[in-house]
Amino acid sequence: MIKIVKRDQPSRAIFFFTPVLAIFLTLVAGGLIFFILGFKPFEALKFFFIVPIADKYGFSELLLKATPLCLIAIGLSFCFKSNNWNIGAEGQLTFGAIVSGGVALLFYEQEGFYILPIVILAGAIGGMLYASIPAILKTYFNTNEILVSLMLVYVSKLILDYLVVGPWSNPEGFNFPETRQFSDSAKLPLLFEGLRIHAGIFLALAAVVISWFVFYKTYLGFQMKVSGFSLKTAKYAGYKGKKMIILVFLISGACAGLAGVGEITGPIGQLHREISPDYGFTAIIVAFLGRLNPVGIIFASLVVAITYLGAETAQIFMQIPKYTGQVFQGMILFFLLASDYLLFFKFKFIGSKK
Amino acid sequence: MHKFLIRSFVSSLVLLFTLTVAAIAKDVKAAFVYIGPTGDHGWTYQHDVGRKAVEAAGFKTTYVEGVPESADAERVLRQLANSGHDIIFTTSFGYMNPTNKVAKEFPNVKFEHATGYKREHPNVSTYAARFYEGRTILGTIAGTMTKSNVIGYVASFPIPEVIRGINSFTLAAQKVNPNIKTKIVWAFTWYDPGKEAEAAKALIDQGADVIAQHTDSTAIVQMAEKAGVYAFGQASDMDKFAPKAVLTSVENNWGPYYVDRVKAVANGTWNQKDTWHGIGDGMVVISGLDSQMPSDLQAKVKKLQADLASGKVHSFTGPIYDQKGNLMVAEGKTADDGMLAGMMTYVKGVEGDIPK
Repeated sequence: MIKIVKRDQPSRAIFFFTPVLAIFLTLVAGGLIFFILGFKPFEALKFFFIVPIADKYGFSELLLKATPLCLIAIGLSFCFKSNNWNIGAEGQLTFGAIVSGGVALLFYEQEGFYILPIVILAGAIGGMLYASIPAILKTYFNTNEILVSLMLVYVSKLILDYLVVGPWSNPEGFNFPETRQFSDSAKLPLLFEGLRIHAGIFLALAAVVISWFVFYKTYLGFQMKVSGFSLKTAKYAGYKGKKMIILVFLISGACAGLAGVGEITGPIGQLHREISPDYGFTAIIVAFLGRLNPVGIIFASLVVAITYLGAETAQIFMQIPKYTGQVFQGMILFFLLASDYLLFFKFKFIGSKK
Repeated sequence: MHKFLIRSFVSSLVLLFTLTVAAIAKDVKAAFVYIGPTGDHGWTYQHDVGRKAVEAAGFKTTYVEGVPESADAERVLRQLANSGHDIIFTTSFGYMNPTNKVAKEFPNVKFEHATGYKREHPNVSTYAARFYEGRTILGTIAGTMTKSNVIGYVASFPIPEVIRGINSFTLAAQKVNPNIKTKIVWAFTWYDPGKEAEAAKALIDQGADVIAQHTDSTAIVQMAEKAGVYAFGQASDMDKFAPKAVLTSVENNWGPYYVDRVKAVANGTWNQKDTWHGIGDGMVVISGLDSQMPSDLQAKVKKLQADLASGKVHSFTGPIYDQKGNLMVAEGKTADDGMLAGMMTYVKGVEGDIPK
């Protein structure tokens, strides 16, 4: 007989095992879906997860795709660890891109080593400004940060629409919704000839290192952890909650803003209406799949990035609808949340006694 | 005997050669990159109908749907160019820069970009349709069928393509009914059923009894059906979604062009060009006319269609005035393609300002 028993303490081993289990279950369920749709499951999975990264170019594309996801997820983990539900990273990304893109356009056709740092900084500040709105509203007016940050995503996209259609549109561009191309000095340098992977990856890696240090070696990290476990305990301990809330939102916004900078000054090279295929939302999955742990987030961003690439490859070579990529992302989160049950409960095998 | 042998040898060589050429020709593979899902019943759906025509002509095709205009477009294009496709159709404006970028790396692959203007490399062509000709027909119908003399128009983005459509529609409607006014609502989307339906409702509330649209979903015609006003289908024949409301549709018919271009690659005759085809070349097609339209209007529309096709009638024939009364096109003249491509002012009779 099997009995379900509540664990005395959440299991630490299970904590890091469940993401792996979730990925495994996603593969099984994905294979099953392919089978039902009439595709050979193993071949489909091969085109989904192996073929896209089988060569140097494919692998560089994987890193290119994982960079913004990793950067945003690191930022989000500051918020999520401390019980602040910032759902609006997509908006912070967009606003960061708007500010940095605006600065890049100011330097149109100008060259100089100082341009890129200013453009990058502008993006981080843009993201911070935008994240400060839900943070301030939460701390001083007690609003719900989930709603505010989410709604602001749509506001930021409308601002971007307005700018690229109107005042910032390319004067030689027949009024199509796009800006001019940025000058080379305003673009992130490419790391290898012929590949799109750019210096933005160092921003992501820096974020990983810094966040690890903050989480595990600083007082702020400890405060965040305590607030995450119990807000009441944090209050009893005398932590100044407001300051911390605003700080984690600013960090989160800066990371999302930098991700936006990486897209527009990296592979895109201009502002237009569609600068991110919802990285800000997908990064939420990445943050949880990585267990809000900086190293975990690196792996999680690679896993989720491959669902984007795999969906394209599977459609090109096997005519599998590209939207299955999103199904995979959804399944990963679903299985992760479901298997978190194992964190708190365990199965006990009891020998039958007569 | 000798001669016979040689002859048969030569003829079999010739036969072999033709067979191989035919086989090689048929081996051309075409790829299509779509912005939306193939089931949108609008823009992407019609491109996919065109792709199927290429398949029917005996060529292999591949497509990738829902490709965002973000950094992802470039990767999809490179992968298609890298995996044995000889011609790639990129069917949304936002693919313009990635198309030109990837085309530079793959000089042997032909690229065809819809609705753009950049042809930076000899292997990039552009193509678009003169949808405004279709809108001349819609305007004629709307001007005749309206009772309130208010015509609603759901627009997408303030770009020349859309402004041109509004103008050609309004000019045609004024010709049959000088009292009409065209009211515009900007939806700032190409495809968003919710927003489009709201825009249509706002126009109906303002007294519009005929609704035209420059967005892709079927939400507007369905809203018109519910409200009991007339509407026109966009991109595909939308009659089945709103049989009472839809008077006719302007269909985007890409098939003939696609087959033509893929065949050109097969024959080695593909060359760079900028194509802008209208009713005459069959790229713009008017669906069947609804029986609610009086027979004299139907006859008039049929004649107008034939005249637009032959070039006897031009959608922008002077005198045309802008909203302030300035002359845009003089009497007896027609607007040239340069003016049409950059059109960013409303003609007289359109209400409101172009959003800036």
